[in-house]
Amino acid sequence: MSSAQTNEIKGAPLRKPPAITQIFASKLVSIVLYFVIVSGIAYGSFVGAQSMGYNWQWYRVPQFLYTYTEEGFELGVIFYGLQQTLLLSLTAFILATVLGLIVALLRLSGLVVGTAVAIGFLELIRNIPLLVLLYLFYYVLGPIFGFDRYTASVLCLAVFHSALISEILRAGINAVPQGQWEGATSIGMTKAQTYRYIILPQSIKFMLPPMTGEVVHLVKSSAIVSVIAVAELTTIGRNIISDTYMSFEIWFTIAIVYMVVTLILSVGVSYLEKKYEVDN
Amino acid sequence: MTTETPIISVEHLDKFYGTFHALKDINISVNQGERVVICGPSGSGKSTLIRCFNGLENHNSGKLVIDGIEVFEGSKEMRNLRQELGMVFQQFNLFPHLTVLENLTIGPMKVRKISKSAAEETARMYLERVHIPEQADKYPAQLSGGQQQRVAIARSLCMESKIMLFDEPTSALDPEMINEVLDVMVELADTGMTMVCVTHEMGFARKVADTMVFMEAGSIVEVSPPETFFTNPKSERCRMFLDQILEH
Ligand SMILES: Nc1ncnc2c1ncn2[C@@H]1O[C@H](COP(=O)(O)OP(=O)(O)OP(=O)(O)O)[C@@H](O)[C@H]1O
Ligand SMILES: [Mg+2]
Repeated sequence: MSSAQTNEIKGAPLRKPPAITQIFASKLVSIVLYFVIVSGIAYGSFVGAQSMGYNWQWYRVPQFLYTYTEEGFELGVIFYGLQQTLLLSLTAFILATVLGLIVALLRLSGLVVGTAVAIGFLELIRNIPLLVLLYLFYYVLGPIFGFDRYTASVLCLAVFHSALISEILRAGINAVPQGQWEGATSIGMTKAQTYRYIILPQSIKFMLPPMTGEVVHLVKSSAIVSVIAVAELTTIGRNIISDTYMSFEIWFTIAIVYMVVTLILSVGVSYLEKKYEVDN
Repeated sequence: MTTETPIISVEHLDKFYGTFHALKDINISVNQGERVVICGPSGSGKSTLIRCFNGLENHNSGKLVIDGIEVFEGSKEMRNLRQELGMVFQQFNLFPHLTVLENLTIGPMKVRKISKSAAEETARMYLERVHIPEQADKYPAQLSGGQQQRVAIARSLCMESKIMLFDEPTSALDPEMINEVLDVMVELADTGMTMVCVTHEMGFARKVADTMVFMEAGSIVEVSPPETFFTNPKSERCRMFLDQILEH
């Protein structure tokens, strides 16, 4: 600790990165650049639309977001659509997680049958396009088992995402050191108790980041159910357009609504992650 | 020492990892209250043997009976038996997401179905016994290695085990922490606990062991009381081994 007194710098200073890199790395430049690019795109599409004679009617968009009359403030159809999308996604996500956990545990069970069933399921789902899977659920399984388009949509999304989620869960479970199993086993815990009290609580921090990605993915892929006319955000967008012909404005709006939702999700979870870090 | 039926009895036990013969015709018995110290070079099968005792590894042939319960793969009684067998690992294997107190109470509460308050009372008593009552509300990562290992010992004690198994409990510790753990183990030996301990701490072995076991290449080469073991071992291999580790 003798160096505490002598503060002279003995070593040669490190080389600075080239000036051009420094400029591009600064926050201000990044923000300016970002806005230049975004407004460039906006202007480009505006001019492009203008030249094809598109009649922009942004002033007609807010009524679909909200209305404000004597009766008070009311959310518009787009928010109804958003609510449906979130409900659909949430239901599908819960189902997908339960199913994914079952598949992951089957795969980890060490039983030949369990592993075979899990791998068969994963390969089946992974190799069918989501759209085809939706048609299968709606046109084939729906009539056979007698469920409606909404149920078909939820089940299709749940099954599709359960395959991805099961892999996330499996990786998270495997990331917990083997010694934890031995510690739990040696005090007489059953396999189920070990998962519940020891393994799963520890694997959450490994699972959280990829699971957020999966939720965002699910919210976005839920748009696909608009092809079988289930009422949700994308379907609402299509309906508005068929009434008003404002396809540019509405698709921009819908895209932004999706973006806002998924961004909020990502930010919320990165906050959660930080909290978990601190806890441990 | 007693002459009753042994609490651990191993007859002609063999264990393979694939084609590798890890344990060869092991015969040993441990009486109630006996303290056995197992030593031997790395890879000689000490861990494998002690892990067979509580079913963390499964032996392939031979007979292993502990506290009247036969141990074999898939035995329904294994879980009951594990509660009788405390195990302390080289790497502690504490549960990092639980506090020290929770580490100690989760077994009694979930496995033995004891009430939370009773479990906590027992846990605090054993924390006292391993000299760290003030650490109850910390997380394992906030403790030193020696403290963590003492928590691990307390965790096994909380299960009210009849037999304690130790697999090199001090070899992951910094030298200055080894004694605090060994002291706790000596105190435990003084209570009359049956102990099977894999360790190279020969000072400890001299102090507590009733029986010394020397293993090499999957076989038990020598079993003798410490007096003869340290002064006049029968096998040449054992003598060389002792010379090597006692030099330090
Ligand atoms: N899971 C396993 N699969 C294959 N071989 C193994 C496995 N575990 C141990 N072995 C082998 O069995 C032999 C005995 O291992 P064991 O861990 O019991 O030795 P040890 O006496 O405890 O050694 P150490 O003093 O290094 O801990 C070693 O040769 C080891 O490589
Ligand atoms: Mg070992």
